[in-house]
Amino acid sequence: MNVTQIYKLLASVTDPEIPVLSILDMGVVRGVEFSEGIVKITITPTYSGCPAMNEIEKNIIETLRLAGVSFVKVNTILSPAWTTDWMTEEGKQKLMEYGIAPPLSPSADKKALMGEVRQVTCPNCKSKHTQMLTLFGSTACKALFKCMDCLEPFDYFKCLR
Amino acid sequence: MNHQHLFEYVLQLADNANVLSHRLGQWCGHGPVIEQDIAMTNLALDLIGQARNLYQYAATIEGKGRTEDDMAYLRDGWDFYNLLLTELPNGDFGKTVARQFLYDTYALLFYSELKNSPNEMLAAIAEKSLKETAYHYRWSSEWVIRLGDGTEESHRKMQEGLNEVWRYTDEIFQPVEREKILIAAGVLPDLAALKPQWEEKVRAVIEEATLSLPEAAGMQYGGKTGRHTEALGYILAEMQYMQRAYPGLEW
Repeated sequence: MNVTQIYKLLASVTDPEIPVLSILDMGVVRGVEFSEGIVKITITPTYSGCPAMNEIEKNIIETLRLAGVSFVKVNTILSPAWTTDWMTEEGKQKLMEYGIAPPLSPSADKKALMGEVRQVTCPNCKSKHTQMLTLFGSTACKALFKCMDCLEPFDYFKCLR
Repeated sequence: MNHQHLFEYVLQLADNANVLSHRLGQWCGHGPVIEQDIAMTNLALDLIGQARNLYQYAATIEGKGRTEDDMAYLRDGWDFYNLLLTELPNGDFGKTVARQFLYDTYALLFYSELKNSPNEMLAAIAEKSLKETAYHYRWSSEWVIRLGDGTEESHRKMQEGLNEVWRYTDEIFQPVEREKILIAAGVLPDLAALKPQWEEKVRAVIEEATLSLPEAAGMQYGGKTGRHTEALGYILAEMQYMQRAYPGLEW
């Protein structure tokens, strides 16, 4: 088993709250190392209180164990702090298809959350005629929006930088 | 500086986050509208995460095998070092917003400085918490403005909220012994230097909200050294009941 193979296995570990995204798409995995027969995987939380972190750690250990890698250590680091910049383009695409608007660039995000500019795309009908309902949503990483054309409410994944 | 000072100081920061989180959590199911109910529990969740990071670090410093749970659930009130501000009862939505706004403004300035601390663990926790706090500040400062510059009734309630909690704000900036030692050692930013910045930021929002700055009279101190208002005991009774009644209980 080499590092590339470990990464392949990690690609099948998903975020329990957004099951279409793998932890690699999320940018939560910060490193994979081999030392003295142990695979050391470093992860970082999206938000301090993210309740998915314990679950992610368990799933990593379980996935690798099923592939025959039994000596695994998962290490959580806080710095550098996670940013939505680490989310892959593929991940953003998957989010959109799943019905969650992906994070915009920081300046566009600020304008969108302040209600200045309408540029968050509705994942349902792709209209940009959308409006923020509230800064907070179903999980720490999302805000709630509404499409003014198809009238569907939807989650927007907030930019964190 | 010794381990005891750092240990107690990390607990102090953890207790702030934990106790304030508990207060916000009490709004769950009682918010004025569902969006704000969700907002306050989101803030509470971030704060719980920050408290966990800090309690885990405190447990490591102490090195006696205690865990983050022992720190939160098995210490008595006189061993809690949180600011009196964080334990104040929720009151109405105006008072909760006032308490949150004054705390967030301080936390924003404080974590911006603490992230440069030579203590790597404190710096990392500050860097992480800062991003969340910036979002909290956006929420609480917007509500001060919306309520203050709203109807006659919302203006009155927002002003009353500010007046009620104001006397608990000076404690933030008056260093106790362990803080003086850590400031002198360069681990912590100088609290006295943060005060004018805090006042300026608070004043700007209060003015925009057409509210007035409360009078600085009868300032209260004691939380950082374990002398609390009667409110903390009730919080701990609720928070710690299960672990006290059924030691070692797990979900």
